[in-house]
Amino acid sequence: MAMRDAFIDELTTLAATHDNIALIVGDLGYNVIEPFADQFPDRFINAGVAEQNMTGLAAGMASEGYHVFTYSIANFPTFRCAEQIRNDVDHHRLPVTVVAVGGGVSYGALGYSHHAVQDYALMRAMPNMTIAAPGDPLETRACLRWLIDNPGPSYLRLGKAGEPRFHDSIPDIAPGRWVKVRDGSDASVLLSTGAALGAAVARAEGRAVWSLPLWSMAAKADQPAQIARHGRITTLEDHLADGGFGSWLTESVAGTPAAACIQPIALSAEICDLVASQSALNRIGGLAA
Amino acid sequence: MKEAQVIAARPYETRPLAARIRGQALRMVTRAKASHIGSALSIADIMAVLYGRALRVHPGAPRHPERDRFILSKGHACVAVYAALAETGFIDPALLETYGTDGSMLMAHISHKVPGAEFSTGALGHGLPFGTGKALAARRRGQAWRTVVLTSDGEWGEGSNWEAALFAAHHGLDNLICILDYNKLQSLQTVDETLRLEPLHSKFEAFGWAVREVDGHDHAALTAALEGAPWVNGKPMMLICHTTKGKGVSFMENKVEWHYRNPTPELLEAALAEIEGVNGHA
Repeated sequence: MAMRDAFIDELTTLAATHDNIALIVGDLGYNVIEPFADQFPDRFINAGVAEQNMTGLAAGMASEGYHVFTYSIANFPTFRCAEQIRNDVDHHRLPVTVVAVGGGVSYGALGYSHHAVQDYALMRAMPNMTIAAPGDPLETRACLRWLIDNPGPSYLRLGKAGEPRFHDSIPDIAPGRWVKVRDGSDASVLLSTGAALGAAVARAEGRAVWSLPLWSMAAKADQPAQIARHGRITTLEDHLADGGFGSWLTESVAGTPAAACIQPIALSAEICDLVASQSALNRIGGLAA
Repeated sequence: MKEAQVIAARPYETRPLAARIRGQALRMVTRAKASHIGSALSIADIMAVLYGRALRVHPGAPRHPERDRFILSKGHACVAVYAALAETGFIDPALLETYGTDGSMLMAHISHKVPGAEFSTGALGHGLPFGTGKALAARRRGQAWRTVVLTSDGEWGEGSNWEAALFAAHHGLDNLICILDYNKLQSLQTVDETLRLEPLHSKFEAFGWAVREVDGHDHAALTAALEGAPWVNGKPMMLICHTTKGKGVSFMENKVEWHYRNPTPELLEAALAEIEGVNGHA
């Protein structure tokens, strides 16, 4: 089961025991969201192609006790309604989880409009926001469980389809805490967030591989101690370097010698002008070998 | 707190209350050397009718679950709301003296940290989608409280408002009232010169709303409209209030400059004399 299906499966399961979970979609999710919509029609809304209203609406419902998930593709639930996320959701610390399917370049040849490669930059600039960027379907379930147990402004970034499993069971996660995915040398390690985990495992070459599925502005404070355990850390993300995950980690140790131990690998902006599949864009962009 | 206490009739005569709201608003912007007094005076009568009698709210329980929810979408007119909250017992009137000072709770756009204020705004086009979410929540849970959103006219240039207008009508939210403060003056020019809204009445009707137009300074008309809700089963309500920007202070009325200027002490005295004159005739 891929990330997107793991998401709706887990959300539907959790909604059975949490009667405040609501799902609002922006006229997207065909063949994905039906299990939730069929089982909980009173807590499902298709807001139409109107993302600003979808997000303001979600904040209004959240202010009345709902934990609202807004769901759409790539940049539509984030950049299109960035001010609603910033002012209505984040500033008021409301339990709204913005869900974007198609993180990174999952939508490949659909082109730049459908590539979410600046979303971390937007979301991590918001003080109360938790970013949930799972690396496989099991991390997706772990993220959802954490988000439901810790309701607040949050962003769940999913791939699209076909992501492999890298864990044997649902990992124990918390904001800022690295999760070991593959054993190997701890002197030099790979650390990825989101669906870049596949690229990290593929490039491991004997190094240990870690994933960081939950991170935030506040969780920066936890990073120096974890960074100090390793001699060299290569970060991977399917996002542009500017404002991304590697930048976030490096900022956590800015001005100290540890900053020189971090080597971020991110997508080159050259992919923004190309038509190609996800795998080709990740290769051309420098993420995948 | 029992529901009866929340929905009890309010003890306020609304015309003197409006005069006190105007006076407090004028004093706040003068002390703080702040902007937007014209926008605040434009809605002072609406605020007096809302907090003086139409809203089912109680200062002893500002978060009562059965209360009506009021959202000021034109957040820059916040001094009118702070004054109404102070004059009806939600906040200590002494707090108004901190307006515009370092560390004050009273942000110069409406702040949800103030007891009785539901939602922080300041960027336009946010109040109606948010209020629509509240109205939908009440509807889905079978709760009787209403949501009232006060918008400016200029902010109907924002697409988010029209998105919410479609949504509220589609979902038949007759527990939602939008008040449109139609003073016809924006930040640089008139609405007609900036981005024409007319024909506004038929436009909202075409969007599926029940629409009424009143003189936004006529307390009896405002009261009748607000207390008569819902107007049509299954339709959200749009109350178009024809107002005068700067209302009540002759030298501020219909002047763009009073979107920005703050009064000198001499002009404050002149303005208060006019306001208190009105109060005396109430």
